[in-house]
Amino acid sequence: MRRIISVLLENEPGALSRVVGLFSQRNYNIETLTVAPTEDPTMSRLTVTTTGSERVIEQITKQLNKLIEVIKLVDLTEGAHIERELMLVKLKATGSQRAEIKRTVDIFRGQIVDVTSSVYTVQLAGDSAKLDGFIQAIGATGVLEVVRSGVSGIARGEKVLSL
Amino acid sequence: MELLSGADMLIRSLQDEGIENIYGYPGGAALHIYDALFRQDTVKHILVRHEQAAVHMADGYARATGKAGTVLVTSGPGATNTITGIATAFMDSIPMVVLCGQVASTLIGEDAFQETDMIGVSRPVVKHNLSVRHPSEIPEIIRKAYYIATTGRPGPVVVDIPKDMTAPNDRYEYVFPKKTKLRSYNPAIRGHAGQIKKAVDMLLAAKRPIVYAGGGVILGKASGQLTEMVRGLGYPITNTLMGIGCYPASDKQHIGWLGMHGTYEANMVMHNADLILAIGARFDDRVTNATEKFCPGARIIHIDIDPASISKTISADVPIVGPVDSVLKEMQSLIKESKVRPDADALAAWWKQIDEWRAFHGMRYETSDDVIKPQEVVEMLHRLTNGDAYVTTDVGQHQMFAAQYYKFDKPNRWISSGGLGTMGFGLPAAMGIKLNFPDEEVLCITGEGSIQMNIQELSTCKQYSLPVKIINLNNQALGMVKQWQDMNYGARHSHSYMDSLPDFVKLAEAYGHEGIKITRKEDLEPMLKKALAMKDKLVFVDIYVDPSEHVYPMHVARGSMKDMWLSKTEKV
Ligand SMILES: Cc1ncc(C[n+]2csc(CCOP(=O)(O)OP(=O)(O)O)c2C)c(N)n1
Ligand SMILES: [Mg+2]
Repeated sequence: MRRIISVLLENEPGALSRVVGLFSQRNYNIETLTVAPTEDPTMSRLTVTTTGSERVIEQITKQLNKLIEVIKLVDLTEGAHIERELMLVKLKATGSQRAEIKRTVDIFRGQIVDVTSSVYTVQLAGDSAKLDGFIQAIGATGVLEVVRSGVSGIARGEKVLSL
Repeated sequence: MELLSGADMLIRSLQDEGIENIYGYPGGAALHIYDALFRQDTVKHILVRHEQAAVHMADGYARATGKAGTVLVTSGPGATNTITGIATAFMDSIPMVVLCGQVASTLIGEDAFQETDMIGVSRPVVKHNLSVRHPSEIPEIIRKAYYIATTGRPGPVVVDIPKDMTAPNDRYEYVFPKKTKLRSYNPAIRGHAGQIKKAVDMLLAAKRPIVYAGGGVILGKASGQLTEMVRGLGYPITNTLMGIGCYPASDKQHIGWLGMHGTYEANMVMHNADLILAIGARFDDRVTNATEKFCPGARIIHIDIDPASISKTISADVPIVGPVDSVLKEMQSLIKESKVRPDADALAAWWKQIDEWRAFHGMRYETSDDVIKPQEVVEMLHRLTNGDAYVTTDVGQHQMFAAQYYKFDKPNRWISSGGLGTMGFGLPAAMGIKLNFPDEEVLCITGEGSIQMNIQELSTCKQYSLPVKIINLNNQALGMVKQWQDMNYGARHSHSYMDSLPDFVKLAEAYGHEGIKITRKEDLEPMLKKALAMKDKLVFVDIYVDPSEHVYPMHVARGSMKDMWLSKTEKV
């Protein structure tokens, strides 16, 4: 099952490598990984999406918690949550394609953020499935380059992950 | 205000931490520290002959005392030589701090002479590691290192110290922190009351209970607590290889240790139990055999300080995260308060069955009139040392024979690399113990393969007068490897044969020690007595034992716990 695990981490050199090392050392999957400092610069927020059986996911959260620099973590998929990923994508855009692409971008509520005579650069945010859907709609032949940020997530409602 | 260099701060911090002995080997990046060591006499430094041995010495000390061991080495090769030792300590949760020199911070990343990314290299085999970024941080970092190493589930901590952090002319105020607190690290201090209550109810209702205790009981200093509770209940108890000594082996409720080479009765009891109380044990594959066939009728209560050890390989019905001593204390008082008593009839029937299993195999082995059997050497040693020696081992058949036939009634005396299975561990571990317990008998039971992995330490033993007794069960083979080849590879002995062995007696003598070679059965007892009588001498006792002996019982591969070989020809 796909899970989104959100981690508060000490913002210290080497902390990220422990998280990544743990995943490879114990043969866990990393699908996406994002990390950046929080409003408190001594802490980073890390989001990792992974897949595995119940037992593997339980081990992942326990093993992450065991890392000395992990302050707290939550499996966002256990409750209602919001998931977003940012994608920047370069599309071949010439002739009649240009209008067609513009329409698709609008439907997906993306923005064209850069233009040349033959290329559109599109920015799109949403959950991962929506980004996949956009690429599918455009068709692989039109896509020149894709950059995805990886998933970030946050719980819905009053719940917060903080100190 | 007291101004000290980083190197002096480091040594002062060790003093303030109460460290008496450190084990190490100098080199360029550690020279400021070695100079600071030279200018004081509180912290004693033991110079080994190979850094791996320094780590095993610190480890032996830690296992015997329950306190953290300390190692000091230089950067690069000095640091990488410690890795096997650190991994050994990590697998068995041994508290330890390894201080490593590093090239100057200004050179890091430039492939400087003797630069190795020790933080990166050690990361998978440490509980944590720390780098010094400013000399003034040193006292705080040292405090943190010992705090992390010794609390929660213990483990090794590496501290990487760039050379410029210890420069003699950079001085800062020295303040040793009284307390350490880390917002991201809060090991459990007691178990969940509701879970403990549930566990006690289940425990008292069991018809075929077994207590399965592991190394965590010894690390958690809970042997006394465990023994009291188990005696009160009258239940059978088994322990893991790492848990040897956590409950007196001579007690009739003790049914031996379990697992791949455990007793027939311990494995049978586990397989047929209706309740397993696991305490500070981790359901390791050498215990469970095939997990899908593991103890089909048993409900499981699992107490451990490390939540990640619970339901990792085998799911627990009642998980309890907490320090074993405090959890057992709470269980004990609930048992006392409870009106429910264990079911006497069920227990009597259970014991009757257990005694039948006990009688069935009884750790028998074939004896011979002319060849010396390794098992009888260990039994004799047990008798001659009144079962009260510290026994370290290396890895192989001799290790299993030592564990099977030396019966330990006390914790912290069986000192063996269980998790990693590190050949080369035995001698330095014995040295670490002897140094700290000079009046105790310390035996290193080893094999001719393993002993050669750290044989150079005979020189350290000479320098510091460490009269350990080396008992070399010489089967002229990498016996355990050979056993597997006998059983699984059509007796094709690919590279398991120790050809061209040295003359161990001459070797011991070359290092300034005593050597005794025993080949005849009738010499065994008098020669062992003679060796043990030489209190002030390291004696290398080279005993030629039956080279064809196998270790039994042995789990049948991929079977359940009850599937065992009991001899070369009997399978149950
Ligand atoms: C450092 C290391 N290398 C390899 C092994 C694999 N191994 C396990 S037991 C064994 C044989 C040990 O031979 P010896 O010390 O003579 O003991 P014996 O089994 O003969 O009693 C080997 C090679 C190991 N455990 N450790
Ligand atoms: Mg051998």
